[in-house]
Amino acid sequence: MSLLVICDHDRGTLSDASLEALTFGRPLAAAAGLEMAAVVIGEGADAAAAGLGAHGASTVHVASHPLLTDFGPEAWGETVVQLVRGTGATAVLACGTDRGNEVVAQVAARLDQPFVANCRSVDPTGDGSGNWTMTRVQWGGSLLEDATLTAEIRLVTVAHHVVEGVAAEAPASGTMVSFVPELDDALARTVVADRVVLTRGITLSTAPVVVGGGRGVGSAEAFAPLEELAGELGGVVGCSRAVTNNGWRPHSDQVGQTGTRIAPEIYIASGISGAIQHWVGAMAAKNILAINTDREANMVTRAGHAVIGDLHQVIPAITEEVRRRRG
Amino acid sequence: MRILVCVKRVPAPGARINVTADGQTVDAAHLGFTTSPHEECAVEEAVQLTEAHGGEVTVMTLGPAAAEEQLRYAASVGAHHFVLIPIDDVDWDPQRTASALAEAIAAVEETNGAFDLILFGNESADAGGFQVGVRVANHLGRPIVNGIKGIEIGGEQGGELDEGVATARREIDGGFEVYNVPMPAVLGVKEGINLPRYPTMKGRLASKKAVVDTDERTVEAGGQVRLRLHRPVEQISETVILGTGPEAAPAVVDLLEELGVLS
Repeated sequence: MSLLVICDHDRGTLSDASLEALTFGRPLAAAAGLEMAAVVIGEGADAAAAGLGAHGASTVHVASHPLLTDFGPEAWGETVVQLVRGTGATAVLACGTDRGNEVVAQVAARLDQPFVANCRSVDPTGDGSGNWTMTRVQWGGSLLEDATLTAEIRLVTVAHHVVEGVAAEAPASGTMVSFVPELDDALARTVVADRVVLTRGITLSTAPVVVGGGRGVGSAEAFAPLEELAGELGGVVGCSRAVTNNGWRPHSDQVGQTGTRIAPEIYIASGISGAIQHWVGAMAAKNILAINTDREANMVTRAGHAVIGDLHQVIPAITEEVRRRRG
Repeated sequence: MRILVCVKRVPAPGARINVTADGQTVDAAHLGFTTSPHEECAVEEAVQLTEAHGGEVTVMTLGPAAAEEQLRYAASVGAHHFVLIPIDDVDWDPQRTASALAEAIAAVEETNGAFDLILFGNESADAGGFQVGVRVANHLGRPIVNGIKGIEIGGEQGGELDEGVATARREIDGGFEVYNVPMPAVLGVKEGINLPRYPTMKGRLASKKAVVDTDERTVEAGGQVRLRLHRPVEQISETVILGTGPEAAPAVVDLLEELGVLS
């Protein structure tokens, strides 16, 4: 009996999210009396599988098939379903990224089992009658839900950024086993047909510094000083929903529940009041500096540091100071 | 083309969300209600697609009787037909919701034929189960891709342009993936696919006359049961005010140096 952890990777490099899932899965499997196994799917899966013993996986299933070369939610879901049936896994875990939640939802629909998304904690000893109990995220993290899960096969995801991915104290064997699922050609219908790269290098979700602007910035043009500061700090510009609704920035720059979740070393939030939907996208930042004229703005009261003042004066002054110190 | 959009009525939160005394739902006493943001964009996308290619938009919701308000809002921005699946409870679990929707969709399709496209929001703003669309697609035996921020009708299939294919763009870090999904298909869309229009006066008047069909469904509950909702314990930390106005810049840069982001 095992807990199967779905590990995502980019051409052989494991995602941080997968390491989070494995880190979350270790104590869960131990408490549930299950062995922890992992599955990696697609091109480069071999390379990604190699390091998983160090993260506590005793068995690593390496799934390959012509339909699995690139991502396809149906083909990936069906692969995991066949693996669950073949190995007798009684629980499946992934990290609650867009892809993780989508693949587990596919597994749930195919197995006709419940699926609890974005858990913060899971107790497999639960209510004492075989049911698991968990606390999961609602409203992107501004509300929590305690729930019970009654299922033959327990399907859960762990909310992104709940744990930090670290290697196991005691590594497991990480024995690699290849797995070739039987996939209907029809599943090609939802396999990625093309991939378009718009930006190389740092992006909003990976940037060490994000300079955010809200309604207080005032116009699309007024983002130029934010761009300048972000450039100086090796970061990128983000924005609030009010900004995209005004058409000042593309939606891909939006930080928030319906935009991108960021986790930089520091988030400089300027002219942002801090509505709940923005806050949940920013709360994984390690440090937050708010710049606002309103001392009582949500963003200011929740930030670790703040400057009270007009961002149009404060931001250029910071850029200038950075340049001055660098000489 | 015929498009169905499934939407959810959710509270419109401000800076803080409170929970009712029994912990079962959000205390909406001081909140308005709205259509979950991804789904508001799904309605707009469906209306735009039918404006470009002809056809009609049906909007379906599972919710309290008051969710009629969200259906009428959809009418005010250009949707044509409306189905309400009324529930008494505060919320149904995702399996139960999906089963009821799939049954109701099958009932509409039995009379009028299959929808070319069914749109869901990627996830609801409140419960955020990330699965109802996938379960419905599976019930109906149709393909689904989530996270969609662009849809075009007509796409490449076997090297040729096929009008029966929906080309869908999914945003990924630093770019996007393209899917060519044969219709009838289901897509889970995200905010940012468009900027939803505001209702016109004419639209508002028309929405008052819109006919809302009611379709009651009795479906068994699924395996995920809500015990209670609660607010996370907030780490209350004093905000360190580094200064006022541009004079605060040196203190800010000290902080950046301390965090090691200046290197």
